Amino acid sequence: MEKKSGRAARYALLTALALVLSWLEAALPLPAAPPGVKLGLANLTAVFALYRLSLRDAASISLTRVLLVSLTFGNAYSLAYSLAGGALSLAVMALLKKTGKFSIVGVSVAGGVGHNVGQILVAMGVLGTARLAWYLPALLVSGVLAGAAIGAAGGLVVRRVRL
Amino acid sequence: MQKDRKKAALHDLLLAAGVLLAAGVLSLLLRPGGGGAWAVVSVDGQEIARYRLDQDREETIGQGDYNILRIENGAAAVTEANCGDRTCVVMGPISREGETIVCLPHRLLIRVEGGEASGVDAVS
Repeated sequence: MEKKSGRAARYALLTALALVLSWLEAALPLPAAPPGVKLGLANLTAVFALYRLSLRDAASISLTRVLLVSLTFGNAYSLAYSLAGGALSLAVMALLKKTGKFSIVGVSVAGGVGHNVGQILVAMGVLGTARLAWYLPALLVSGVLAGAAIGAAGGLVVRRVRL
Repeated sequence: MQKDRKKAALHDLLLAAGVLLAAGVLSLLLRPGGGGAWAVVSVDGQEIARYRLDQDREETIGQGDYNILRIENGAAAVTEANCGDRTCVVMGPISREGETIVCLPHRLLIRVEGGEASGVDAVS
């Protein structure tokens, strides 16, 4: 019983944190960032959950966040982009983490890149054109940078926060 | 332990370098061409209009969900839109062949194409 309620509380806490981070990012966009480029602050919770809880927990927290954020700030299409990005990102991170060959920064870099690639793949499907590949280079670079930043922050948080 | 961490850092670096290299190669392959002649507008992958870049004009695309396209001095830009993120507004202006503006919430794509801009406007 104790364990179950503790788990529910952790979920709620991390999901709420993810929502706040999403909101913060929407309210305070990066200055001078190219269009469509985001830091993905909320992925900090995904990285944290992946390292300190489990893949299943990370996936359900991300899913809840994406659903709630799309309901409040987005539409059906932004939901599809976010779901694809989140799913590919988590899958790649879980895979890389499992190899044991990368640090949290490397895992997060792969997650950032996976996120952007997943989003552009769905966008290509929705718009019915492969021409969006034109944005891929910028998104790859921004995925690496954002992933590295989130990974570095995630490393600190995973080490220091007891939950 | 120390050795493992160094190894992991090396792998991290190689991973990042690999992705950056791929981005570099891709951007070389996909770099925009010379000056384009047309701004081609498509929604949901269907071309709905094309406008000459050498004639200044302003068009409202869509009704409920709208984007305002302005063509000025040989370049196309979205100057106003009621999508949430307004990424399309920040993206412009575009004038070289292959350059693209997208509005993901409205499934709108504006792309510069080359070719001779001769004759009348082919607006459908």
